Amino acid sequence: MTEKLLIIGNGMASVRLCEELAAHAPGRFETSVVGAEPRPGYNRVLLSALLAGDIGRDAIALRDEAWYGAQGIRLVTGQTVTGLDPAARTAHLANGTALSFDRVVLATGSSAIRLPIPGMTLPGVTTFRDFADLPALQEAARLNRRIAVIGGGLLGIEAAYGLAKGGAKVTLVHVMDRLMERQLDRRTAAFLKRAVERKGIRVLLNAQTQEVEGEDKAQALLFADGSRLPVDMVVVAVGVRPNTGLAKAADLPVGRGVLVDDGLATVVPFIHAIGECAEHRGQVYGLVEPAYEQARVLARRWGGDTKAAYEGTALSTNLKVSGIPVFSAGDFLGDGNDDILLEDRGAGLCKRLVLKDNRLIGAAMVGEAEDAVWYKELIRAGSDISAIRESLIFGRAFCETAPSRVLREAA
Amino acid sequence: MNVSMPTPDPSTITHAPAPVRTTCAYCGVGCGVVATADGKGGATIAGDAAHPANQGRLCVKGAALGETLATGHRLLHPTIHGVRTTWNRALDAVTKGFRDTIERHGPDAVALYLSGQLLTEDYYVANKLMKGFIGSANVDTNSRLCMASTVAGHRRAFGADIVPGCYEDLDEADLVVLTGSNTAWCHPVLWQRIEQARTRRGTRVVVIDPRRTVTADSADLHLAVAPGMDAVLFARLLVEIAEGGAVDTNYVTRHTDGFEAALANAREIAPSRADAAARCALTEQALAAFLDWWIETPRVVTCFSQGINQSAQGTDKVNAILNVHLAAGRIGRPGCGPFSLTGQPNAMGGREVGGLANQLAAHMGFSPDEVDRVGRFWQAPGMAGKEGRKAVSMFEAIERGEIRALWVLCTNPAASLPRADAMRSALRQLDFLAVSEVSAHVDGLAEAATVVLPSAAWGEKNGTVTNSERRISRQRPFLAPPGEAQPDWWQICEVARRLGHGQAFDFASPAAIFREHAALSAFENDGARLFDIGGLADLTDQAYDALEPVQWPLPSGRDAGTQRLFADGGFAHADGCARLVPLAPPALSAPPTAEHPLLLNTGRVRDHWHTMTRTGLSPRLAQHRNAPFVEVHPADAERFGLEDGAFAAVSTRQGQVELRVVVTDSQQPGSIFAPIHWTDANAARARVGSLVHARTDPVSGQPDSKTVPASIRPWAMQAEGFIASRRRLPLPAWLSHARMTVADGEIVHFASPRAPGALHDLLSNWLNLWTSPLHQRNPAADLYRSASIVDHRLEILLSTGPRRDEDAIAWATDLLARERIDAATRRFILAGRAPDPGLRPSRQVCACFGVDEARIEAAARGGADSVEAIGAALKAGTNCGSCRPEIRKILEGCRQPA
Repeated sequence: MTEKLLIIGNGMASVRLCEELAAHAPGRFETSVVGAEPRPGYNRVLLSALLAGDIGRDAIALRDEAWYGAQGIRLVTGQTVTGLDPAARTAHLANGTALSFDRVVLATGSSAIRLPIPGMTLPGVTTFRDFADLPALQEAARLNRRIAVIGGGLLGIEAAYGLAKGGAKVTLVHVMDRLMERQLDRRTAAFLKRAVERKGIRVLLNAQTQEVEGEDKAQALLFADGSRLPVDMVVVAVGVRPNTGLAKAADLPVGRGVLVDDGLATVVPFIHAIGECAEHRGQVYGLVEPAYEQARVLARRWGGDTKAAYEGTALSTNLKVSGIPVFSAGDFLGDGNDDILLEDRGAGLCKRLVLKDNRLIGAAMVGEAEDAVWYKELIRAGSDISAIRESLIFGRAFCETAPSRVLREAA
Repeated sequence: MNVSMPTPDPSTITHAPAPVRTTCAYCGVGCGVVATADGKGGATIAGDAAHPANQGRLCVKGAALGETLATGHRLLHPTIHGVRTTWNRALDAVTKGFRDTIERHGPDAVALYLSGQLLTEDYYVANKLMKGFIGSANVDTNSRLCMASTVAGHRRAFGADIVPGCYEDLDEADLVVLTGSNTAWCHPVLWQRIEQARTRRGTRVVVIDPRRTVTADSADLHLAVAPGMDAVLFARLLVEIAEGGAVDTNYVTRHTDGFEAALANAREIAPSRADAAARCALTEQALAAFLDWWIETPRVVTCFSQGINQSAQGTDKVNAILNVHLAAGRIGRPGCGPFSLTGQPNAMGGREVGGLANQLAAHMGFSPDEVDRVGRFWQAPGMAGKEGRKAVSMFEAIERGEIRALWVLCTNPAASLPRADAMRSALRQLDFLAVSEVSAHVDGLAEAATVVLPSAAWGEKNGTVTNSERRISRQRPFLAPPGEAQPDWWQICEVARRLGHGQAFDFASPAAIFREHAALSAFENDGARLFDIGGLADLTDQAYDALEPVQWPLPSGRDAGTQRLFADGGFAHADGCARLVPLAPPALSAPPTAEHPLLLNTGRVRDHWHTMTRTGLSPRLAQHRNAPFVEVHPADAERFGLEDGAFAAVSTRQGQVELRVVVTDSQQPGSIFAPIHWTDANAARARVGSLVHARTDPVSGQPDSKTVPASIRPWAMQAEGFIASRRRLPLPAWLSHARMTVADGEIVHFASPRAPGALHDLLSNWLNLWTSPLHQRNPAADLYRSASIVDHRLEILLSTGPRRDEDAIAWATDLLARERIDAATRRFILAGRAPDPGLRPSRQVCACFGVDEARIEAAARGGADSVEAIGAALKAGTNCGSCRPEIRKILEGCRQPA
């Protein structure tokens, strides 16, 4: 008899797991997917582009219902799972029904955090996480409203970009001294700030929001230094929290996320977790790439590859933030002594490679990230780069086309 | 005061592309050049096929003259104390400076210092003003550093300063001896004629030179003579001529005097072959080959140049050469004779008008009769009655405060005189210094001047020059002078007029000056003075403009010049006989010491000339040798701990420079060589003139620039790098550097004992690159680069690292020449090479056709195994030919198994 697999959540990790299953373990499971949003999973990364009007709604779709049908997967949308009974191998849904399973995968993702300050619940204060957040933001942008985006991480910058592009007067408010401080060092972050500012976004750093002021709607941000920023709307993008409620309720060990091993299993062998809700080797990833990698490992194991294991993803960020390539990997801070730096202010390019003992241990770059994969591989492999240390910063193609021998000899 | 400003005849200033026949600006070969102005300030340059000196050939320097016509570096306006002024005020200031000094301290307290690059007409009026009207013979010239020993040797032997032969003798000789002459590099067109003779008639070439130069490399026999011992060779030759029965007894008896004494003297100097060989550090076989070849070859030309002249015994060395030719009667006949190869384009013209302090004018001296004669001709009120101070002595008098006002025209004593650092200081002690100059970038001269006068340059000037074979050729203008620049003769005449001598200097044109000069040569000349160009004294302006190259003497009544002299005697001594001159015992002026155990030799490189004020403007010429260096024998390198490519400090009692070491066995152990071209205007810490001692020849006053006791030691440079810049940048004096012109800018090479990172910070500061948009900091490779981009073009690129990086320099040069740098390229601006490795050029060998070493090697691998085959395949070496010895070397390198 076919095993019953239940995937809880219908985000990007969930969609990818379905795809990987079709590739690596076709026919092994009778699969069900339950998602809280009222539509099939979509590419959340592109929400800001949709907000900016750079792409249309179709472009963010991943797989439609017909695809699920063709794969023999039962897709339940607009339903939340309210409880999990490991002993009975049963999941309870909000509509009162229950689903039985032989294996279950938690792919519940994470939720946007709001700040613990007064005014967070005022009308006009919103997060930017789901498709549902879009209409109000689009409307505000269209009306050229003053919008404060709190949070200078990836999500905040993306939201600010989308809103500014859509027509809003955007101020990006960040409590730290630089943008994306968890991915970038001071210098590369400064280049990102200039690039963001060039998109028409005002950036306030070291700005600690104390309160959202307003009678019946958000009207101003009050900062710790006493200054005020009048606003029509506030978008809170200060981070996410893994959705671990189901796991906790089922008495599964939870750190920041649901704890899993290299086989992506919890302490209960038939309960798995992947994506932003999972914690592996102490790491909770807020990025899509590890989720995809985890989905693949899981599918391959189920396809019979017993050696398939998830050993973590090299900590790296490689993305376009508001159309600006940003890449960071490894120990991008270093001790500041041995890093190779290349800056071109005119071109908005800043690349930084951190070296230790003739090995690349970290990288951060803004404005160009073409060689991200190569740098990441060099960091992972720990290769000795002394032979190419003069060319390293100029990328793979440059390093691999050595001057021709004849000409070299003629020198 | 009304200032007359004759502008050059508009018909001679060609803005339409009409070809103008003129004469090259560089060496004493005096090649004819056809210049065709492009109407935009430039011109295309070709050899003049109708000129007898070169018959259409040009060397690489001549061929690149068109690249040196830019005016960005030129002085455009007169200045007083660095402030722009009018010509009127500037000339008044010069006049006052001279007049005040003469009134207070007498005429011998003023001096003129001239140049072998002035035209004969400039020279004539300068000499006339000083010796006839100011009343002092303190007028000397940089020819003192170049030709003075030859002048003195000629005068001692022949009674006058005369080169007996002509270039055709090189075509007709069966043996050419080149002594103290790197002819292939310094007189390439003559070298080509010699090479042609070798092919055509099997002429053999012997080179006598302590260095194995490219000329020596190409010779049939190279005698790497011990420094300073050339005269021993020629003394031995005289002895063997006598003992071998090769004396032309008839000639010696009828036309010479002093043979026996000279022979006895030669026997003392070189009693035996073995002894001579030992003193010259030669094998007896090599010496024997030279002696035998010379004696058995009637058609022998002995060419000599700075290796002979620039010596404290230079005059004796010249006479040692003249002695053997006189003894063998091999003089003034086709294919034989002693032949002085002149270094400057018009050292000869200067000698003719009396540009040297020990001559009066027109080959006359300071005997009372001659002074009287010239005084009457000039109608001069204040004739100088005695010789003036020769260059070195003149500047020593300046140091002592005896000469207090000086006017320097067309040369830079602060760079080229011995003890150049002391000379630079000496200039500042003057009460008054006027400088007539072309370039705004000269080392140590303009800063010391009260008045700076902008002079017209080659291509703008109008007059005559005389080459090594006594051939007078026209330099004709084809460009208008930039700004307010004026010819030197005009400046001198204007000052003379202001000093109250208007009538004697009322020349409307160079033609008028030339007529007077020619007339003086013929004035009361009954044939005793061989320098007689009376036949040219009545040239109309049109005939002067159209004057074809002609060899003097050309007395009135003759319609053709004179190819050769002295075949039948007729010397200028009163008795008509030549003199064979006994020599002082050959010795170094200053032997090496424990402190300074080496001998420093100085000289030229192939593609540069003097202090590079002209050749430094050509990107093509900058490629052959792009920075100063010192050549050291491998044994000395080991002895003093030097590495090829690293830096060394070269010190003498006079000064210190820091140069890149080239380890080469073309040097003798114990001798080092450094080129003279780099000064503080185009480099720093590389002024070779500052090393040279002031020991001079007792007769000629010429300094010994070839054997200066020196020491060398490693000079640790932690950082090396370069700046590529669109504009000429001022640079700090503490930084060892050298400038090199490239298309659309310059490359400055530098080196420093500081660490690269710290140096880069300092230089970024100096160049204001802190706000530059491009930075690379790579401590892992100790590499730092910064650049600024303006309007998508590279403005400045600063690169500092642990060592020189030719790839990076080539890439920056390429970027500098680009009109627009696109985004894809911009990513690699600070890379160490082009993203496409194929763009990297290798060292250029043939400058005429831009052929580099890699292409020659590739052709050699493809089967082109001779210089001719390379020429057929790549054209390399087929124009000026000065790279042919290098091509041969490359081919030999390719043949050797790796």
